[in-house]
Amino acid sequence: MIEVEQLSKSYGPREAIKDLSFQIEKGEVVGFLGPNGAGKSTTMNILSCIMPASSGSAKICGYDVFEQALEIRKLIGYLPETPPLYSDMVVYDYLIFAAKLRNIPSKKAKLAVDQVIERCSLQEVDERIIGRLSKGYQQRVGIAQALVHDPDILILDEPTIGLDPIQIIEIRKLIQELSASHTIILSSHILPEITQICKRVIIISDGQIAAVDSLDALTTRLRKGERLLLKLRQNNNEIINKLRKLKKVTTVTEDQPAQFTIDCEPNADIQDEIAQLTLDNKWGLVELKPVSMTLEDIFLKLTLEESEAPK
Amino acid sequence: MKNTWIVAKKDLHSFFSSPVFYSLTSVFLILNGFIFFNILNFFSLQSFQAQQLRGGGIGLNLNEMVIEPSFHNMAIILLLIIPLVTMRSFAEEKKSKTFALLLSSPIHLREIIVGKFLACMIVIALMILLSAYSTVYLLVVGNPEIGPIITGYLGILLMTGCYVSMGLFASSLTDNQIIAAVISFGLALFIWIIGWGAQASGPGLGQLLEYLSLITHLEHFLKGLVSSSDLVYYFSFILFGLFLTHRVLESSRWR
Repeated sequence: MIEVEQLSKSYGPREAIKDLSFQIEKGEVVGFLGPNGAGKSTTMNILSCIMPASSGSAKICGYDVFEQALEIRKLIGYLPETPPLYSDMVVYDYLIFAAKLRNIPSKKAKLAVDQVIERCSLQEVDERIIGRLSKGYQQRVGIAQALVHDPDILILDEPTIGLDPIQIIEIRKLIQELSASHTIILSSHILPEITQICKRVIIISDGQIAAVDSLDALTTRLRKGERLLLKLRQNNNEIINKLRKLKKVTTVTEDQPAQFTIDCEPNADIQDEIAQLTLDNKWGLVELKPVSMTLEDIFLKLTLEESEAPK
Repeated sequence: MKNTWIVAKKDLHSFFSSPVFYSLTSVFLILNGFIFFNILNFFSLQSFQAQQLRGGGIGLNLNEMVIEPSFHNMAIILLLIIPLVTMRSFAEEKKSKTFALLLSSPIHLREIIVGKFLACMIVIALMILLSAYSTVYLLVVGNPEIGPIITGYLGILLMTGCYVSMGLFASSLTDNQIIAAVISFGLALFIWIIGWGAQASGPGLGQLLEYLSLITHLEHFLKGLVSSSDLVYYFSFILFGLFLTHRVLESSRWR
């Protein structure tokens, strides 16, 4: 349904994204994950035909985002990072306006807006001025705006940013409901959000794809450290040999005096053994920790932020 | 066309629900009314004196002495007011990030631009219509020639179109409304007085500068003269402004 090939975009000398390629099938819920400034919003802007790419191609339902932008805009609903809300408008009027912009005839617009108001639970506020609504309601109006023409594809850029925990849960529920009938791409820099909603994750870092995988595969890669770092007070040749003799250890290298990198088999879980060995020999344990690879580095950062977000 | 109207209607809605429109209209009407009153007062004084001197106000023309100067003054007030009407068109959309809604909708950029142009034109036309009580009053109590009045309004509207298209261009350049207003005011004033350079420059360039000046063309309309040269000037001016706006907005998407 969505095919992206070697998509690049540079802002002046700065490359926001480099050679992105991925595919998204119909009905999938895909999460873009990455730290701030990784290129998530840029990619989404290109997919929703707001800005053209510098090179590469992106096709949605066979239409090219550059050549046939108008066709694509009919198919997608887009919620930018800042919801595009006219703060002086009443919610209902705003949604009618959005519906008409998306080529819904006036007669059907009212029906479509009534439906979307119900779907996003905006009944209580539909007569109020958008600027006076709480951030959570504003975000929901933003989602409603993207949904009003019942698009096949929803592109949601950080839909839960800046919301309080209860609002986040509500928005998440809404997206989960929507995922039954729509192809959804959403971005976030918060891991649990993605884990709860998406089946597949595209991790973007520094404008490049760090990983594209199903969530299960990623979590197994994430949770189990395959590489350990061991720092000791003492140092002698005997240590490295003893470490190598441990079961499930594949290689041991000494990076600095008294500092070792230990690679082991997946799911080895040998921290206990190494610690025991160190204590038995009185080598003086300073540090023992799983070492994250680049991809995991990103995750670590994300998982740290996770603790602030509610479960 | 339908999309253009949807955009225009939305803009009109926000004009009428914001205090900016009402304060601008009030200022416009008060200034206009004050000037009209003074011109009329001067005219009645003159005609009174003329009556005493020569018996019967022969040679005193309502069109030339009241209506034409009123239009002139209205043109100057519009010069001040229009940048304040057009400044928000794109600058505010960009600032509040609502432009993304329009850009991600299945409508052409030109439809957005023309829609905004129409909205501004309608707002200003409405202001002018509200100020037309003065003309109606003259028609009731006096006996002015109707032709120059109609061409005068036509000229004022076309001039408004030029200001608006310049204003939209200025608004497309920035996301700051004040900067947009300053740029469009500067442009408008410059185009107004560009004819002054005619004396300093040679005959060829002088003629060109004279032709470029907004006020030269308005003069003809106020005299009751509708010439194709003036119409071509105004329409190409408006189209050029809208074209530049289109270019600026299109290129800003590439950056």
